[in-house]
Amino acid sequence: MSAILGKKERAILIDPLFNNNPIALQVLGICSALAVTTKLDKAIVMAISLTLVTGFSSLSISLIRNLIPTNVRIIIQLTIIASLVIIADQILKAFVPTISKQLSVFVGLIITNCIVMGRAEAFAMQNPPLESFLDGIGNGLGYSMILIILGVFRELLGSGKILGYTLFRTVNEGGWYYPNGMFLMAPGALFTIAILIWLLRTWKPEQQEKE
Amino acid sequence: MFEHYAGLFIKSAFIENMALAFFLGMCSFMAVSRKVETAIGLGTAVIFVLTLAVVISNLIFNFLLREGAMAWIHPSLANVDLGFLSFLAYIGSIAALVQLVEMFLDRFVPTLYSALGIFLPLIAVNCAILGAALFMEQRDYAFSDAFVFAIGSGIGWALAIIGMASIREKLRYSNVPPGLRGLGLAFILTGLMALGFLAFSGIQL
Repeated sequence: MSAILGKKERAILIDPLFNNNPIALQVLGICSALAVTTKLDKAIVMAISLTLVTGFSSLSISLIRNLIPTNVRIIIQLTIIASLVIIADQILKAFVPTISKQLSVFVGLIITNCIVMGRAEAFAMQNPPLESFLDGIGNGLGYSMILIILGVFRELLGSGKILGYTLFRTVNEGGWYYPNGMFLMAPGALFTIAILIWLLRTWKPEQQEKE
Repeated sequence: MFEHYAGLFIKSAFIENMALAFFLGMCSFMAVSRKVETAIGLGTAVIFVLTLAVVISNLIFNFLLREGAMAWIHPSLANVDLGFLSFLAYIGSIAALVQLVEMFLDRFVPTLYSALGIFLPLIAVNCAILGAALFMEQRDYAFSDAFVFAIGSGIGWALAIIGMASIREKLRYSNVPPGLRGLGLAFILTGLMALGFLAFSGIQL
């Protein structure tokens, strides 16, 4: 790994995980982070799709960055991203049809996911292709990390399972765990992410906001 | 007939609130909910653009994209299914629509334009708009249903962000733990609002 990537490239890839996390610090892409995390498998599929779409959209936008006229750049970026998302959607429909059905409109919403647009606009328009690709993948990984943590907590506390395997036997199945249904609904997601941000910002106080 | 539309409106505005039940448009919801005035501006802009965008997407889907939709052009096109292009078609039409609305307001209603000003370009990438268009396709709404659904969702989203902004204005005077300031507390507040809106799910129409 270190042989291929220099120090700078590694920093681009790793930084978005903790120091500059797209969800927790930059407030980007939270729409889908909350909606797809009721089960861990959904969260993982979404995380992989978003990471790849971000990486490749940054790569392609960076390749043509000197050819794009500034006035119409948003619509060009949107077209590139939308085409990539169509590919992702078709692949998901073909290989994991049940999860694709559960994700419903949220695969399409990767297009308007602020992370993809944000990285294209803020990084890929000024930087060479390889770095942009790594930056896209890195931000995708930062997003994936939050998504997977949320997915683990919500599925475990909401239904006592992880990836469909029972960890806590629920009362209905003769066990001891009373599942907390709130974690499967909207408020649970919001509370979990709030606690996550609180923990991250207590660990790294320089990320705190001064109001 | 009236009950059907009233039910659809209540459902899309309250029970299935775009912001609080589906988390759509969360980015701008968090970023622009610090002051009530700006929240009202963005809310109005979303109602307006969302309604237009969903209605236009509905026409595009029913007359161009869905399987057999192009039979009205020529009978030989009856087997063409362009459904997979819907993402591209919707996002393109939304971006173009936002641009048109901006130019139209600038020319004919300058007061509204200066009030909405900076929010209009933001709306092109607001997931609530594209989300509503995709829900419309998934649930296969007819034209009139799509219209009512769009107005309901827009009003629901605007209500949520205005409520949120009013709470956050009051919060300025409270002593919040440092790690929770700003974004963290905003999430907890949204969670509490979502909890409140869950109460609407008992309504059956």
